[in-house]
Amino acid sequence: MTTPLLETRALCRNFGALAAARDIDFRLEAGARHALIGPNGAGKTTFVNLLTGVVAPTSGAILMRGRDITGVDQAQRVKLGIARTFQINRLFRRLSVLENVYIAVAERVGAAPSMFQPAGTRRDVVEESMHLLETLKLTADASRRISELPYGRQRLVELAIALGLKPEILLLDEPAAGVPSAESHIILDAIDGLPRDIGVLIIDHDMDLVFRFAQRITVLVSGAVFATGTPREIGADANVRAVYLGQASHG
Amino acid sequence: MTRSAVSWADHPAAVALAGRHRLRAWEPIPWLLALAFYFVFPKYLGFGTELLITILFALSLDLVLGYAGIVTLGQAAFFGAGAYTVGMLAKRGIWNEPITGLILAAAVAAIVGLGSGLVLLRTGGLTLLMLTLCTMALLEEAANLAHDYTGGFDGLDSLQITPVLGMFEFNPLYPKTQYLYALSVLFVCFVFVRTLVYSPFGQSLTGIRENSLRMHAVGAPVRRRLVLCYALSAAIAGVAGGVWAQANAYVNLGTLGLDRAATVLIILVLGGYGRLYGAFVGAIAYVALSHFLSKIYPTAWQLGLGLLLVVIALFARNGILGIIEAAARRLRPPRATS
Repeated sequence: MTTPLLETRALCRNFGALAAARDIDFRLEAGARHALIGPNGAGKTTFVNLLTGVVAPTSGAILMRGRDITGVDQAQRVKLGIARTFQINRLFRRLSVLENVYIAVAERVGAAPSMFQPAGTRRDVVEESMHLLETLKLTADASRRISELPYGRQRLVELAIALGLKPEILLLDEPAAGVPSAESHIILDAIDGLPRDIGVLIIDHDMDLVFRFAQRITVLVSGAVFATGTPREIGADANVRAVYLGQASHG
Repeated sequence: MTRSAVSWADHPAAVALAGRHRLRAWEPIPWLLALAFYFVFPKYLGFGTELLITILFALSLDLVLGYAGIVTLGQAAFFGAGAYTVGMLAKRGIWNEPITGLILAAAVAAIVGLGSGLVLLRTGGLTLLMLTLCTMALLEEAANLAHDYTGGFDGLDSLQITPVLGMFEFNPLYPKTQYLYALSVLFVCFVFVRTLVYSPFGQSLTGIRENSLRMHAVGAPVRRRLVLCYALSAAIAGVAGGVWAQANAYVNLGTLGLDRAATVLIILVLGGYGRLYGAFVGAIAYVALSHFLSKIYPTAWQLGLGLLLVVIALFARNGILGIIEAAARRLRPPRATS
């Protein structure tokens, strides 16, 4: 068996008496399109926070390409190639769309510590940021402040910032949440257009999105892996339907 | 990915970003006014020097508060560190040269900033506010207790400062040298801060101010950046304190006090923080207001100032410059992209 891009072994995280993650064994292969689903409170966002180093696990290990990164801090994991988007937009609201992406690109290429050179004269960073905005069809909004944009467009900036980090592993926490259905196709197209070689883990409640996108699905219930399989297997699993899919189609 | 034929340099957003550090047409005006003041009001140069030093001090606060979003109530700790560095060295006859004296003041203040920042900037919000206040109070008390070195409550007076560049003497009665000296120092520090805030480093500071969580998620060493910014700001505050000690030829505990720290915060809020020139506008407005209000209401003029601050906090969060910017935006014909 090949070494997976990202792997967790018996990953646990307790918040007081609550076990938000219980013995999670998980594998994300290179180039994977993997979805993580589960009812509210199943621990999906906690799992992303564990993978990105926002919270430390109570026990267990996280490995990237076989290397143990459990003790590596958040910023270092980004440098290793793990990027994420947030369930709720976390953007630089009073800065322009271009500046938002600029910050991410500048950080990746190591331009950010530079103190005595005007930011706009880093042509490489500006060009790459603008190019990224073009691929997400945000060019027309490049000068606008985030606070002036509709929520759906903001979600795209959220994605643009993550892509500006040129990740090998991209964790998308409900990328289409809060986006009007008329605009959600832009997000979906953007996800479809991601470079093939990066491993993508998507968390979502939207089953249409999940089944369209994913080659593999992991179902999380009460902090533990309930089932893992192809979309066909998961869709046919009676237990999964009972705990999750049935509810979702009604709600 | 290598579809690189297209250049985005002409896009309005890229043009705006590439040009935002360029000198604006109005920017020489405050400096010309400051020079004109020297010739028009030769009798008020002592007052003018004090104002310039206040602007420099407010500028140091703008870097941490306005750009990096670090809420501090203890900025006078660094002003005092710089002032006492100059004062103690001059009093003992160890170092009396003004310009190198300022470099020493900056270095000492930066070290205090670095040391306290490494500890304090692990916290945020109200905790940080209280801790910055405590740090300043501790320094003030230390200066009070170390009587043999600092002169304690009486401070150190009759400091001997050698002429600037060996030519221009500090004359306490006719502070012409002091004024031009303070103006030159302010200019140099301003150019430094201005360069800094328009750099990628400055951009990352605004990123931390706007959303530190996201900055962590793009791989930025957030705390290291904050501590660095804090130390740089401390150095500038230290320079302001050093100039103050040199210009007045004395140091006292007031350089380390809450009064000074609170006043400079008021000035920045009044003028508009995160705007470079907010320090200028705020300092002038503060001095003018105190003068005007204390004339019409000598016993309780600070009440008027307090009420004005409440109004600013409620209705004009961006201070006087914010009001001017909003007015200018309205007067200008709307552009295609705002």
